[in-house]
Formats: sequence, C-alpha cells, structure tokens
Amino acid sequence: MSLYLRRDEAPTMPPPVRAGGAIGWLKDNIFSGWVSGPLALAFIALIVWVTPDLVRFFILDAIWTADDGAACRVQGTGACWAFVDRKLDFFRYGSYPVAEHWRVDVVIMLGTVLSARLLWPDGKKSTFGLFAFLIGIPLFIFLMIPGPAAIIREPSLELAILAGGIALACALEFSKLRTLWVGLIFFVLYPVLGAYLLKGSPLLGLIHVDTNLWGGIFLSLLVATIGIVFSLPAGILLALGRRSELPAVRFFSILYIEFVRGVPFITVLFMANTMLPLFVPDNWSPDRLMRPIVGFALFAAAYMAEEVRGGLQAIPKGQSEGAMALGLSYWQRMRLIILPQALTLVIPGIVNIFISLFKDTTLVAIVGIFDFLRAIDAARIDPVWSGPTVSPTVYTFAAAFYFIFCFGMSRYSQMMEERLNAGRRR
Amino acid sequence: MSLDAARERPSGSFFYNPRVRGLFWQAVLILVVGFLGYEAVVNAATNMRARGIPTDFAFWDRVASFDINLTLISYSATSTYGRAFMVGLLNTLLVAAIGVVLATVLGFFLGIARLSKNFVVAKLSSFYVEIMRNTPLLLQLLFIYNAVLKPLPNPRDSISFGAGFYLNNRGLVMPDPQFAPGAGFILAAGVAGIVASVFYRIYAKRRQAQTGEILPVGRVSAALILLPPVIVYLLLGQPISFEMPILRGFNFVGGLRVLPEFVALVLGLSLYTAAFIAEIVRAGILAVSHGQTEAAQSLGLSRSQTLKLVIIPQAQRVIIPPLTNQFLALTKNSSLAVFIGYPDLVQVFAGTVLNQTGAAVQVIAITMAVYLVISLITAVIMNLYNRRMALVER
Repeated sequence: MSLYLRRDEAPTMPPPVRAGGAIGWLKDNIFSGWVSGPLALAFIALIVWVTPDLVRFFILDAIWTADDGAACRVQGTGACWAFVDRKLDFFRYGSYPVAEHWRVDVVIMLGTVLSARLLWPDGKKSTFGLFAFLIGIPLFIFLMIPGPAAIIREPSLELAILAGGIALACALEFSKLRTLWVGLIFFVLYPVLGAYLLKGSPLLGLIHVDTNLWGGIFLSLLVATIGIVFSLPAGILLALGRRSELPAVRFFSILYIEFVRGVPFITVLFMANTMLPLFVPDNWSPDRLMRPIVGFALFAAAYMAEEVRGGLQAIPKGQSEGAMALGLSYWQRMRLIILPQALTLVIPGIVNIFISLFKDTTLVAIVGIFDFLRAIDAARIDPVWSGPTVSPTVYTFAAAFYFIFCFGMSRYSQMMEERLNAGRRR
Repeated sequence: MSLDAARERPSGSFFYNPRVRGLFWQAVLILVVGFLGYEAVVNAATNMRARGIPTDFAFWDRVASFDINLTLISYSATSTYGRAFMVGLLNTLLVAAIGVVLATVLGFFLGIARLSKNFVVAKLSSFYVEIMRNTPLLLQLLFIYNAVLKPLPNPRDSISFGAGFYLNNRGLVMPDPQFAPGAGFILAAGVAGIVASVFYRIYAKRRQAQTGEILPVGRVSAALILLPPVIVYLLLGQPISFEMPILRGFNFVGGLRVLPEFVALVLGLSLYTAAFIAEIVRAGILAVSHGQTEAAQSLGLSRSQTLKLVIIPQAQRVIIPPLTNQFLALTKNSSLAVFIGYPDLVQVFAGTVLNQTGAAVQVIAITMAVYLVISLITAVIMNLYNRRMALVER
C-alpha cells in the first residue's frame, strides 16, 4: 500500500481570464459558446437590419395628419396614423351616437375608479400610489376613452366627467369606505346604473340606444368585464362542486367543466347565438348582444373552476379538519379558512385566465358583435382610406392596445403575488 | 374519512344530520337541472317546429352543392353533407398536426434560449414570448393574413426561395412529389429502419445493464432509419420525382399550391402556441433543482450527458402534461380558421352546412362532439403516460 504525499509545491496556475469589465461581459453575453455565440450575433444583425426600417415606417415616414387616404397611398410612405386618428371615435365607441358618447365615458370612468379601488390592496399607500389612484387613473381613462379632442367637442361635459372621476377617487380614498361597501356598489349598484345609462331610459331623459350600435373598445371592455366578474364566483362554486363529497354535485360539476373545456370557444359562441334562443320560450329570447356575453361568461367559468381547483388541492387536509374541529360549518370553513389560502396560491393563474379571456373577447366578432378588433377590421376596408399601409398600421395599433392591457394585468399579478407572499418570504 | 364516523352516529335532529342534508341538496340539484333540461328540450322542439327547422339527421345524406377549395379526399359539389363534414374534419386535423410539430420545435428552442446565459439570446426570446402571449391570436392571424400575405406580389413577381419554392398572393407554390409504382418500398424500408432502431435501442439498454458498456445508439439509429430508404430509392431507379412549378401567363402551372389561408393559419397557430410552449419548457427545466446538475457533474458526467440523462428525464415529467394541453388548445384554436376562410371543420360544417340546412342543434352538437372526442382521447393517453412517468415512491 503506497501513500501519496506531495513532495513539492503545486505549480502556480496562470491568472484567470479576465472575467469582469466590458470584455468579460462581451465574452459572457455575446461570444458565449459555439451555439449561442453565433446565434447572438445573428440576432444582433437582425436587430440592426430591422430597426431602422421600423423607425422609418412607424415614425419618420409616417403620415400623421391627412383628410383621406391619398397621402397614405403615395409610394414609400410609412404608417398611416392619420387613418387611426380619423377613425379613433369609431374604434372607441362603434356606432354609438356621437351626442351620447358622454354616457359611455361616465360608465367607464365610474367602473374604472371603483374597480381600481377594489383591486388596490388595502393598507397604506405610498405618495406615488396615492397620486396614481387619485389623479393618474381618472386621467389615464380620460385620455384613453374620450380623448383630448373631446374637450374641444363638449368642454363642460367632458371636463366634468374627468373632475367627477377624480372626485369619486378622492371620496373613496378619504372617506375610508370599507372595501365591502365599495364591492357592493360595484357589483350591485353600478351594473344597474350602467345598463340604464348605456341603453337609455325615458325616465332619466336619455334617448334609447340600441345594442346594435354599441361597439369598439367600449364593447370589448364591457364583454371582458362581465365575463371576468361573473367567472370568478361561478368558477369558485364549480370548483367546490367538483371537490364536493356529494356525488350528484360532483357529477354535474365535472360534466360541465369538462364539456366546456373540451370544445373551442367559437362553438360555444355559435351555440349561444343559435341555440340559446331555441332553448327558452319565444318571448324570453335574449338580446343579440346578451347571447355572446352569456356564452362568454359560461365559458370563462369553466376555465376559472379548474384554476381554483388547483388551489384547493394544494391546501393540506389538516386545514379543513382543524376548521371542522372548531365547529365551523361547510360554508364557514370554505369562506374563512380554505378559499383565502387557495385563492392566494392561484392568483397568478387567475390573472393568466383573465388575460386569455380578455384576448378571447375578440372572438365574439364571429356572431356579429362589433368589438374593437371587428371595428378595426371593418374600418380597414373603407375605400376612402384603403392603401397598402393601412392594414399594418391599424393592426399594430390594436396590438399595442391589447398588449398594454394584458401586460399590465400580468405585472399587476406579479405585484399582488409578492404582496400576498410576504408572510411566506424568508 | 374522518367525517364518516360522525355520520354513522345518529345526530340529535333529523334536519341537522349531514347525510340527510346532503341527500336533500342533491335531490334539489337533480330536480333543478332536470327541470331546466326538460324545459330546454320542450322549448327547442316547439321553437324548431314553429320555425320549420329540421330536427333529424336526414340532411347528412343530402347533396351539399357547394365547393371547398382544399380537400384531402375526393369531394365535389355533388357530394353529401356527410362528405363535407369529413373534408372539414381532415382539414382541421391537417392544420393541427403541422401546427403542433412547428410549435413544439420553435417552443423548445425559445424556452431553452430564454434560459441562456447569453444576454442577447435570452432577452430577445423573452421579448418574443411577451409580445405573442399578450396579444390575441385572432389579431395575429388577421395580421399575417391581411397585412403580410395579402399584399404579396402577384404570381408573376413571386418571391422565390429557390428549389422551386415561390411565395405570392395566391399562396405558397412548391414542387409536387410524383410517386412512381416502386415508391411504396421506400416507405416500407423507412418503417423497417425505425423498427430495427427500436430493437437496437432495447438491446443497447440491456447490454448496458449487463456490462456497463454504452453503445452508440444515436448514430446507429440514424443510420438504420436514413440509409435503407436511400438505398432502396437508388436501387429502384429513383421512383420519386418532383414536378416543378412553372410560371405560364399569369399563374403557375404544375407544382403544389398551398392556400394563403392555410399558410396564415399554420403560421399564426404555431407562432402563438410556441410562446406558451417556451414558457412551459422554461418552467420544466427550472423545476429540476440545481443540486441534480451539481451531483451529475460531481459523478463526472459531461455536460451533454447531464442534460440527456439527468435533466431532461426529470423535466419531461413537468413539461409533458401542460404541453399536451397546449396541443389541445392549438387544435381548438384552429377553429379560428373561420375568420380567414380556411375550410376547417367549423367553417365548412358549423358555417356553410349549418346555414344551408338550418339544422343548428344537430350541426353544433356534432361539431362539439368531435372536439370533445379529440380532447377525451388525448386525456386518456395522457393519463396512461402519467402513470408510466409518475415518480415511483416507496
């Protein structure tokens, strides 16, 4: 048996290749290997090649103001923003009468401020947060929906809406109204008020606006909000039903969830549109706009149920048993112990579903609803404006709109996740 | 179940007995659902009779008298509605199959790229993923179809990719493979090669278990699968030839023409789904703890061995269930074909056939049943796979 003993000093190793600094960064991030190195170079080449063209198309060569499509049809011009500018009101409100636009503005302003209050986590707000809530959100909605041009059209009314929004935010914030009451206002009072404002009522002195005329961003937001607001409670009930110990309840829940999740949304819309009127007595036949909204809400609930079920399954059985030992009834157990924990766990998943539902609102166009994307597609083929640059321009505009909403939602979910995880963070 | 003991004991009051309450609420639920179902059926029957809508499946064998511009099986305006249904179904499956393959390849590439230490590669792929995931699929489809494919030049000024591939506003034109009588043998040789490589793989595994010797499975399998068809192809005197598209007048003659609707749908579906697959792949790889990599390295495994033998088998378990969900989502999303006029199941059957026959309930029920069956088959396969892959715990 031989022992190994080192008899002389280990040779000095060469100094490490420079790791920090610009060269080190380049080595790590650009020329990092046989696959990723060339790939990175190819990507850089792509960026360098494409960026100037994009800047030229969307900014430098773009047509910002024009009265018709002639200027946009000139060879070599860029994006036709003038078209978007001219059609903006159509994109926002569809064919809703111009004189009545303020009603939509009021409804959206009220809804945004109320839901922002509900979505804003309780607790002390930073100065920036307070400022964003009181001024930022009403102002953002004002610029998004009525737009700055509305002030010229109807100065007193539109400014009053903006002021009203800020006043409502202040009232909600400084009166310290409890979240429960705000929730009641939003879920009970607001829908009734909104429906009367949008449809019109002779009692309030508002002319009737048929749902045929509703459209644009406003309609997309309406469909998405109704679907999302309905889907959460319905989804929770279905998820509880699926995990119920009563076989009949479980059976119907599973049947419903698996059926809806197994078919494409378009077929659900077809069904809501053509079959719903057949299933109810003739005089009950739902409104043309109501049918896809019902279909959308039913569809959304099934997806939400599966997400909530995931959260329910992650809660250890001991929680439920502990609550039972304290003598809580089924609904008390769920309301006080299980659901708060389960829903917290799946917040990212729920927001993901909100995002995909918001994207899915575009499909209601198949049953003739003039949502935002349908409005864009209809305006796109206007012969006055038709030209080669119109389609890329409006589609980019629509993509930016959807991106802002969806990306905003995903950021919000990340923020909430962090806040709610505070107790679990080490 | 801890509740069972409590249930068996007779409780104080009949009304507070959980079992009685459970039965009561279930009875209520069944009655309500039954009543609603009954009402719906009765109303539907009355309404359909009042409006003269057919309630049977007699339309299935009637002549459809409309044309479809993409048919994988023989179809003409004199075929039946049932035949039109088959055409639509096959078109849906065609788009789904190609879309799934493309989306998987691109998605795996993007998912791994997002994890790259290389700044440029990682950032650019997450940029792609964020853009695709946060805009509606329908918008992307319309963009590809209306803003990219429609404004392409007409056939005379087609964009040429070489090797007989041309892109123009009437679609993608490519060489059409012509199969001479002996072509079947090439396919047979390929299948034989695959079977042989599977056997070789089993043999190599057994050999490794017995002796520890690692056989070059990858190289041998590649040779087994690729060589026989090539040899047969050469021996039989090259029975597969390509008919090249030639520009004559205003359009191409010969060759295979792929509809722009098809190109848009396949591209849109796979680009969109790839972003979701990328996220799944990334999450799956991140789910394998770093300790596994370190342990593999300390055992002396090379980088590729670590990936092949340690990371991928474990990541697979996390990746495959949500991946199947994405495949299903892609199949269901292929129904968006209706917006750009690709003749898929929904466009042909729930669109044209429904409008012509008016048999709304039957047509929509059949369409939904098709998607449900696809979902159920996938679910069954997934459960079998999960049982095989699940962690074996003591």
